[in-house]
Amino acid sequence: MSAAIAFEKARAEGRAALVGYLPAGFPTVDGSIAALTTMVDAGCDVIEIGLPYSDPVMDGPTVRAAAQQALDGGIRTTDVLRVVEAVAATGVPTPVMTYWNPIERYGVERWAADFASAGGAGLITPDITPDYSAEWIAAADQHDLDKVFLLAPSSTDERIAMTTAACRGFVYAAAVMGVTGARTSTSELAGPLVARAKATTDLPIGVGLGVSNGDRAAEIAAYADGVIVGSAFVRTILDHPGDEAAGLASLRALTEDPARGVRRG
Amino acid sequence: MADPEFVASFEKICREYAGTPSLLYHAERLSTRVGARVLLKREDLNHTGAHKVRNVLGRALLTKRMGKSRVIAETGAGQHGVASATAAAYFDLDCTVYMGAVDTRRQALNVARMQLLGAKVIPVESGSATLKDAINEALRDWVASVDHTAYLFGTAAGPHPFPSMVRDFTRGIGDEARAQCLEQYGALPDAIAACVGGGSNAIGLFTAFLEDEDVAIYGFEPGGDGVETGRHAATIHAGEAGVLHGARTYVLQDEDGQTIESHSISAGLDYPGVGPQHAHLAATGRATYIPVTDTEAMEAPALLSRTEGIIPAIESAHALHGGLEVARRLGEEKGPDATVIINLSGRGDKDMGTAIEWFGLGDAEEQK
Repeated sequence: MSAAIAFEKARAEGRAALVGYLPAGFPTVDGSIAALTTMVDAGCDVIEIGLPYSDPVMDGPTVRAAAQQALDGGIRTTDVLRVVEAVAATGVPTPVMTYWNPIERYGVERWAADFASAGGAGLITPDITPDYSAEWIAAADQHDLDKVFLLAPSSTDERIAMTTAACRGFVYAAAVMGVTGARTSTSELAGPLVARAKATTDLPIGVGLGVSNGDRAAEIAAYADGVIVGSAFVRTILDHPGDEAAGLASLRALTEDPARGVRRG
Repeated sequence: MADPEFVASFEKICREYAGTPSLLYHAERLSTRVGARVLLKREDLNHTGAHKVRNVLGRALLTKRMGKSRVIAETGAGQHGVASATAAAYFDLDCTVYMGAVDTRRQALNVARMQLLGAKVIPVESGSATLKDAINEALRDWVASVDHTAYLFGTAAGPHPFPSMVRDFTRGIGDEARAQCLEQYGALPDAIAACVGGGSNAIGLFTAFLEDEDVAIYGFEPGGDGVETGRHAATIHAGEAGVLHGARTYVLQDEDGQTIESHSISAGLDYPGVGPQHAHLAATGRATYIPVTDTEAMEAPALLSRTEGIIPAIESAHALHGGLEVARRLGEEKGPDATVIINLSGRGDKDMGTAIEWFGLGDAEEQK
């Protein structure tokens, strides 16, 4: 199911959508399914599932620690498909955020077919650009999958137009120049970037990187269609090692905060 | 490189500060031993002791031209880090060097050199704590600091245009060697040889010879404990096509596309990818890439030190071992005028810690 459906539903309710992120296999494969379905219960409209990778250049220490834990636990690409299937069964769209090499290794067409049959929404691809993605774009189009490429505050208007034209589902706008990780301050770069993106497309624009709480979510919801929260959720699970119930309770409370935030933005 | 004024400034600094063109030295005793003419391109004599200085001077000059005030770099053995710190000092730029924590221990002397030059050295603990992780961390810095910072990528790998820039700023090695060989011997060499980790010194040597079809081109990859053991960094020989650090190339990876940790006695070659230009030269057959094990490579420093009085970097020792094998074979085929140019990409002072362990040196009483 395309993430666009969840964005449309939120728009119809006069609010922004909340996109929640965790890596698959963190803290375990089953643990990640429990955590992600808890986030659905607590108000996430879209669930972004990370595919753990050995060289995550876009990720700060928090997400890296979680992905490494998943890799140390022996997660395989096929396990990620199992997590996608379980979370998609809740009815929310489930895009996967992945660096490119694992997909290429799995086989682009084979991935698109298996991922579509697991009910996945599409891919968020931080380390490829549309002009080098012909194979993925063809496979995604054939299997009706979302293609979410990233914009940065440094993107030129020309690159923004080229990128949004290649996206399907939504567009990912990075709120800051930098890597993933919760930040407490407001980004002055996100608003202008969203405005420049909106000048080129009718697709919903989601804003991620550094969104840590409900207040930040509300600020972004005032000008964007979606708010993406990742590291803050990862952090709370990292802070409850070995105590799944406490971690999930904390995760639920933490999710409800930005879920309220997107409703008052 | 379209601006003649920029090129002139670059060439002037290389000449007056870095000491290029480096010598093309006829190693006569070594030549007698292998039965062919062995010419060493003495990049070890450059300022900072390695070919890396060429690239960083070009990149730092470009940084000034772009109006940026800070440079960052990754380093494995420390040669590129020292070169970057040097260029930053020369051009009055702030400098931060990311270095795998494993490598800061292997190359403590180079850490001290960078610090003395005014650079900040940040040990990287994540992943395998070697060169690839230092690159990851430098990329993370750069995406947040690109408005005032230039990333001086040290090898011929990484996203475009890094491989092209590294090639353009280091190709002087081959341009010089080709002209020197023609001038000194009236002919091109039969073969050229360089070590290949990411591949900067190799692309620097190879580029001038790509159109010379009669010149055989050899790249020697770090074979570690032996390719069959899985503990190596022979990416072209044993890797498979993939994407690492923004380049499509050969990558050491598992069934799921996760990068596999590489192993080499030489920190500067310990990288699980390789420059995309080398992947292309291997795929088209223009160049031949052959692994050299740690044990094989470590024969070369002792040999070169005792026959020629030159202590090579362990990186360059891979090229020496492989290049001398090629020379022996060519000598048998064509006689003693067969000529091989081996790129002596760096000097071995920084590797004395490894040499002490490997050869059991350092104790004057016990030394054999």
